[in-house]
Amino acid sequence: MTTTIDRRALLRGAASLGGAALFPAVPGWAQPVSAGLAAAPGPGPAALTGSDIRLRIAHQTMTVDGRSGHAIGINGSAPAPLIRLREGETVRLHVENTLGEDSSIHWHGLLLPFHMDGVPGVSFPGIAPRSTFTYEFPVIQSGTYWYHSHSGLQEQMGLYGPIVIDPVGADPIASDREHVVMLSDHSRLHPHAIFRKLKQQGGYFNYQKQTLAGMLAGRDQPAGERARWGAMRMDPTDVADVTGATYTYLVNGHGPRDNWTGLFAVGERVRLRLVNASAMTTFNLRIPGLPLTVVQADGLPVRPVTVDELQIAVAETYDVIVEPAEDRAYTLVAESVDRSGMARATLAPRPGMVGAVPPLRRRPLADMNDMGMGGMGAAAPPAATSAPAGGTSAADPACPPEHAAMGHCTPKAGTMDHAAMGHAAPATDHAAMGHGGEQHAMDHSMRDFANAPEVAKTPTVQTISPMPVDRTGEPGQGLDGVGHRVLVYRDLVALERNPDVRPPTRTMRIHLTGNMERYMWAFDGRKLNEVTAPIAFTKGERVRITLVNDTMMGHPIHLHGHFFELVTGHGDHAPRKHTVQVQPGGTVTFDLTADAVGDWAFHCHLLYHMHAGMMQVVSVREATA
Amino acid sequence: MTLIPAPIAAALLPLAALVWAAPAAAQADAPPHSNRPAAAPGCSPEHTAMGHCVPAAPTASPSPAPPPPAPVCAPEHAAMGHCVTAAPTTPLSAAPPPLAPAAACASEHAAMGHCSAAAPVTPLSPAPSPPALACAPEHAAMGHCVAAAPVTGRTPSASAPAPYADRIWGSAAMDRARATLRREHGGGTFSMIMLNLTEASIARGRDGYRWDGEGWFGGDVDRFVVKSEGGGQFGERIDEAEVQALYSRAIGPYFNLQAGLRQDLGTAPRRTYASLGIEGLAPYWFDVEGTLFLSGRGDLFARAEAYYDQRITQRLVLQPRVELNLAAQDARAQRVGAGLTDIELGLRLRYEIAREFAPYVGVSLERQIGESARRARAAGEDPGGLAAVVGVRAWF
Repeated sequence: MTTTIDRRALLRGAASLGGAALFPAVPGWAQPVSAGLAAAPGPGPAALTGSDIRLRIAHQTMTVDGRSGHAIGINGSAPAPLIRLREGETVRLHVENTLGEDSSIHWHGLLLPFHMDGVPGVSFPGIAPRSTFTYEFPVIQSGTYWYHSHSGLQEQMGLYGPIVIDPVGADPIASDREHVVMLSDHSRLHPHAIFRKLKQQGGYFNYQKQTLAGMLAGRDQPAGERARWGAMRMDPTDVADVTGATYTYLVNGHGPRDNWTGLFAVGERVRLRLVNASAMTTFNLRIPGLPLTVVQADGLPVRPVTVDELQIAVAETYDVIVEPAEDRAYTLVAESVDRSGMARATLAPRPGMVGAVPPLRRRPLADMNDMGMGGMGAAAPPAATSAPAGGTSAADPACPPEHAAMGHCTPKAGTMDHAAMGHAAPATDHAAMGHGGEQHAMDHSMRDFANAPEVAKTPTVQTISPMPVDRTGEPGQGLDGVGHRVLVYRDLVALERNPDVRPPTRTMRIHLTGNMERYMWAFDGRKLNEVTAPIAFTKGERVRITLVNDTMMGHPIHLHGHFFELVTGHGDHAPRKHTVQVQPGGTVTFDLTADAVGDWAFHCHLLYHMHAGMMQVVSVREATA
Repeated sequence: MTLIPAPIAAALLPLAALVWAAPAAAQADAPPHSNRPAAAPGCSPEHTAMGHCVPAAPTASPSPAPPPPAPVCAPEHAAMGHCVTAAPTTPLSAAPPPLAPAAACASEHAAMGHCSAAAPVTPLSPAPSPPALACAPEHAAMGHCVAAAPVTGRTPSASAPAPYADRIWGSAAMDRARATLRREHGGGTFSMIMLNLTEASIARGRDGYRWDGEGWFGGDVDRFVVKSEGGGQFGERIDEAEVQALYSRAIGPYFNLQAGLRQDLGTAPRRTYASLGIEGLAPYWFDVEGTLFLSGRGDLFARAEAYYDQRITQRLVLQPRVELNLAAQDARAQRVGAGLTDIELGLRLRYEIAREFAPYVGVSLERQIGESARRARAAGEDPGGLAAVVGVRAWF
C-alpha cells in the first residue's frame, strides 16, 4: 500500500507472519494476505484499540493494482486502520488533521452524543487544518461499523476505515476466525474532477449505453421499447453514475489483481464483516461455492438467514458466516451493480492460492418497476409466476391486494419485468402500462406532482414515480432471476425484540428526487442549499417514515445517530438499520423513535448525490424546548 | 439524400419545444388532487379464517370476543408485531437461530411470508379487535382496528430552537461550517466550454471553416452563457460571426430560458440584437434550441436548431443536425427575404477518443432559400451547396 514490495517477499512474509511485519503501516485486516482479526496478533498493529486512540489524517500515496496515486489516509494507511472497541467503554479519539483544508471523521452507525457525530456544519465546526480534535463518547453497542470523512470529497480519496465493537460478554455469534471485508471504489481521477464531469454530462462514465449496434444484434430493448423510453428521456442503462470506466473496486484497499487473500482452516466457521465503504458503488456480493449465512445487518444481530448472494448498498454492513469445507481457494466476487467491474478477493487455506474468477454477468436494464410503475403490477393477476424463478428466497406465493397495500408482500412483479423487457407478456399488462398507444399519458404521468404533493416543483425533479410500491421483498437491481438465493430486506428479522414497539403517532413521506441530466439530487425537490428548516421531531416521538424513490436509481439513505425499524412485516422483530437502500421507483417504510436530542445529518450515502444536495438536517428536540 | 428525413423531422422539434414548454410549466401548477394512500379495507378469506376481520357476506365467522382490557392482542398478531401483547405470549429467547414459535404462526401467514411456521398449525383462536393504541397503521388500513389516526406531515409539536451545535461550539464557528456545508451540498458553481462544431469544409471552389460552440458558468439554475458561431472561407476575412451573451435560467428539468444580447461581427453588417430563446432536451433525446432576435432597427429574426446523437457503438456517434433561419420581414442589409432564409442539414460521424475529444467527418448541406437565395445570386454569391466536413467536437 504505502510501500512497494517484492511480491515473492510478500508471500514469504505473509506465510510466516501473516504479512504484518512487512507492512508496518498497514494493519492486519488490510494486509495483502490476512490470517484474520482474532488470529493475527503479529508484531504489526493489528488494530487500534484502547480508550485513547490517535488518528492522524494526512496526504499519502495509495497503490492499487500496481499503480500509485494520491490519497488521503490515516496513520499512513488508506483505507484507514481498523478501530476495535469494546462495548461499555468510553473512548477518546484524538484526530489530528495535517491537511491544508478542513477535515472530519464521522462514526458511521454509532449511537453517540450528536456533537461527537462529526458532520461539519451540522454536529460540529469540523477539524481545522493543522489542528487536533478529540472525540469522546461511550460505546453503547457492538457490531461492525465504519468511519469516514464527512468533509468535501475526502472519503473518495481513502479516508475511511472499519470499526469492530466487541460485545460486553461473549459474542453470541460464534466463529473460529473473522475477517473484515471492506469494499470500496477507487479512481485515479480526483473526486472534484469526477463531480465536475457528472455536472457537465450526467452519463459521462456510462460506457454501457444502448447502441444501434446492440439493437441490430438483438441486444437490450427492442426498437419500440427504446422509442418509448426515449419519449420519456429515460435511459434504462443509467444504473450507476460512476462506473468501472474510472473505478477500480477494492477489497480492503486491494484491487482485483492485488487479490487480497483471507486465510481459513478447512472446516472453520469464518465470520466475514462486510462493509461497503464505497463512495458510489452498490455491490452484489457472492462467494461461488459458499453459502453466506447473514447474522448481522448494520451491526445488529439478525436471525441467521442463508443466501448465495446479497446486495450491499453503500454504507451498509453485513456480517456473514461461511464454512469452507474444502481445501481450496474460494473467490469472493463483488460486482458493481451496473456490472462495469468487480471487487475480487480470495479465501484460501494457504497464501498464494487462487480460485476461478467468474466473468461479469450481463448488466441490468432498468424496467417499469424502476420507473415507479410497480403499482400497476398489483392490477395484474399475481398468479403468472408463482414460483420465484430462482430469484428471491422470500417467496410470496399468496399476496392478496389488501396485504400488498399493507406492505406485507409484493405481488409478484415478474410479469411486469418481462413486459418491460419485451419478453412475452400478457396483453392485459400492456394495456395497463399504457403501452397500447397511450404513451403520451404515460409520459405526462412521469412528472405528475399530484402524485407527490410534498415535492417542490423545481428543475431537480426529473420524474415522479406514478405508482411506487414497497420493493423490500424483491432482490436488488440486477439480481432478479440469477438462479440462486438472494437476500431481500424481508429476510432480515431482528434477533432481539425491538426496544420500542409503540405504534407511530405521526407519518411522513419523504421523496428522493433527482435530475440525471443536470446531475441534481435532493429530498422533496429541494437541495440542501435550498432548504430553510430541518426535518424536526420531538424527543421520544415515534414516526413512520416512507421514503419514495422518484428516481430510476437506488439510493442508500442514512440517518445519523439512530437506528430505525424497517416495516417489512416482522413486527416487534423488525430489522433495525442505520442505512437503507431504496430501490429505483420503490418505497421503503420505517418506524423511527426519535430518541437522540440534537441535529443529525440525513442523506443519500452516494457521495456525489449527497454533494449535489441530497441531504437534510434532522432535528430531534426536547418536548418543552 | 436518404439522410434528409430524419434531420427534417428533427427540425420541427425546436419549434415544438416552445409550445411544449408552456403546458409543462402549467402542469407544474396543477393542484394536487386526491392522494393515493393504499387503503384496501377488504376482508380476504384467509384473514377471516384467522379471525382478523368479519366479511360483509354472511360467512361463519368466529365469534369475536368483546375487547376486554386484558387480551389486548392475539398471539399471531403479536408475532406479526401488529400489536403489543399484554402478557408475554411470544417470548423470544436470544438463542441464535430461533424461528417464530409455531403457535404464533398460522400457515396462511407463513405462506404469506410473515413468519415461519415450525410445525403444523394450531387452530385459530378468535381474535379480539385490538384497541386503538396498539394499532399499527397497516392494520387500521385493513379495518382490523381503529388507529389513533397518526398525524401526517412534517410539523413537530416542539418549537424550533437554534441549531444544537451552536450551543456547544458557538454560533461563529458553526456559521462558517454551515455556510460551507450549504455551498458544497447543492450550492456549487461549475463551468463548461463546448465546441460542438469546429471544422473545415471542403466544397468545390469555396473551402472554408466553421465553428459553433458555447460556454457557461454558474449554478444548477442560473447561469451566464456565451454562445458563438460563425465561419468563412480560407484566405478571406471572417465572413459571418456572432457572439451572444445570455442569462440562462432552468425552467424545468430539461429546458433553459435564455435572454441577452447578440452582436454580429465579420463582414456582414455589425448589428446588435436582443435575444430570447429556449434550449434543452426534447423527448426522444433531441437537443433543441429556438431563438428570437430583434435587431436595433426593429427587424425580427428567428433560428431553430436541433441535433441528435445516435450512438452506434459506445464511442462511435452519428449526429444528424439541422438549423433553420427565418426572417419576419425583408432585410436588405442582411440580404434576406421574409420567411425561411436558409437551412443547414448536417450529418457527422464522430469517434469519442475521450468523451471530451471526438474527431469527426461528415457532410453538410447549407443552402439559402427563396428570396434570400435570389438576392445572394444577384450579388454574385453562391447560395450554398453540399460540402464534406472534417473537424473535432471538444469540451472541457
